[in-house]
Amino acid sequence: MTMKVLVPVKRVVDYNVKVRVAADGSGVETQGVKMSMNPFDEIAVEEAVRLREKGAAKEVVAVTIGAQAAQDVLRTAMAMGADRAILVRTDDALEPRAVANVLKAIATREEAGLICMGKQAIDDDMNATGQILAAKLGWPQGTFASAVTVADGRVEVAREIDGGTEVVSLTLPAVVTADLRLNEPRYASLPNIMKARKKPLETIEIDSLGVDTASRLTVVSVAEPSERKEGVKVNSAAELVEKLKTEAKVI
Amino acid sequence: MTALVLVEVENGAVRQASRSAVAAASRFGAVDAIVFGDGAQAAAALPGVTRVLSVPGLVNDLAEPAADLLAARAKDYSHIVAAASATGKNILPRLAGLLDVQPIPDVVEIKDADTFVRPIYAGNALATVRSADSIKVLTIRGSNFDPVAAEGGSAAIETIEAPTSEKSVFVKVELSASDRPELESARVVISGGKGMKDAANFKLLEPIADKLNAAIGASRAAVDSGFAPNEMQVGQTGKIVAPELYIAVGLSGAIQHLAGMKDSRVIVAINADPEAPIFKVADYGIVGDLFEVLPELEKAL
Repeated sequence: MTMKVLVPVKRVVDYNVKVRVAADGSGVETQGVKMSMNPFDEIAVEEAVRLREKGAAKEVVAVTIGAQAAQDVLRTAMAMGADRAILVRTDDALEPRAVANVLKAIATREEAGLICMGKQAIDDDMNATGQILAAKLGWPQGTFASAVTVADGRVEVAREIDGGTEVVSLTLPAVVTADLRLNEPRYASLPNIMKARKKPLETIEIDSLGVDTASRLTVVSVAEPSERKEGVKVNSAAELVEKLKTEAKVI
Repeated sequence: MTALVLVEVENGAVRQASRSAVAAASRFGAVDAIVFGDGAQAAAALPGVTRVLSVPGLVNDLAEPAADLLAARAKDYSHIVAAASATGKNILPRLAGLLDVQPIPDVVEIKDADTFVRPIYAGNALATVRSADSIKVLTIRGSNFDPVAAEGGSAAIETIEAPTSEKSVFVKVELSASDRPELESARVVISGGKGMKDAANFKLLEPIADKLNAAIGASRAAVDSGFAPNEMQVGQTGKIVAPELYIAVGLSGAIQHLAGMKDSRVIVAINADPEAPIFKVADYGIVGDLFEVLPELEKAL
């Protein structure tokens, strides 16, 4: 198998951080906050590496879009097993449509046979980039994947849907977006972290790709959601049922 | 302005989340509905729908032909809307890609025809965004919009041909059988967390769910531990629910879980740990061993 798997990864506020809305309502505080690879992208990296280990793919290429600091998630991807990485350098925050335009250019240049990426980033929670990218490339999509099998020029994807699981079979090349249950990503071992430092990391200036990266959305404001008030403790199930009937009138 | 709503029909009835999407889309003007597979009649009965585009040949909601079809019709519409369901989230961003517009997912509030509020960072912040696209592609959080009634309308039905898809083929679907109401439309939801200790103990929730006609949910921790299937997951990475009554059992209340249920009208928490964050959002809390409290609750109901 000579297939190359492209894995787009995003550097986001670590999932353990309780984010704070900036005082001026322009966004959330990211200064001095721990940043990590988007958890769904870790699952995508793991899946791509497993495909190569099984012999279904030849090479795994990680790509991210961002400032110089975004290199750290590429190093993490390579420590997990990606063979090389590409940083598309920009200081702007890009919307999914713009990200898809950039990734389309990279996928075309790399002649990727499969794009494996997280179903959503945990910062903007858009859950859109994979689908937009698939549309722009004219490739089929297997979103919210819980199992991926590559065989005979096709990829079979089990997908999480509202009532259970659906299986689709796609021609390659295709876009697959990873859901939580697809796999458990490995931890990068220290030797692999050291090895990853020597793997090739190419930097491309975003302007050199000549793609449309304009924003279509203007952020008017970002606000804290309204807090719920803490209620009361009751002493028994009987008292609870009584209150639900007479006070909350919900049963 | 006219909006086109992708309406999902299941067992002959329009899904509640789709009825909420119709209610939301009515804010923009006239509403057309599009239905894949059977079910055009059910969509035609929704109040506020003026025309139904019926695509009986498109039975499995495959994103590729569905998005192609929607894109071919898009120029007639100012807004294309779906529920933020697995189907909506699969098809609408692909449509947006074909139209080269930026989709706006998980809308919880409509300010005006161009301006929308949506949660970011697992619901820890709410972003108000204004779209410059000429066609807006939106998915709607059902729990934030009161659904239109299931009956009362009488829209005209126009049948259209389904495009074919060679790149994507439906293989099979496995739905979990359940007589209980759907999580997203149930009036009462009872969810178990890691405190349930194992899958067998989830059975303890059933007699209570039976008495309250409740759906049964689970936290991500419980799903990750194999206590419950993923389709039962409530939270940012699962289903978003807002029932009249939400009962959280042995569930700590991680941020990502709260994001999926904190809009419930009344929240009850049962947990052995008095410091569990779930109590911060609960209207009523019982600090105690769930294995003692659950049988008592069943008896008291």
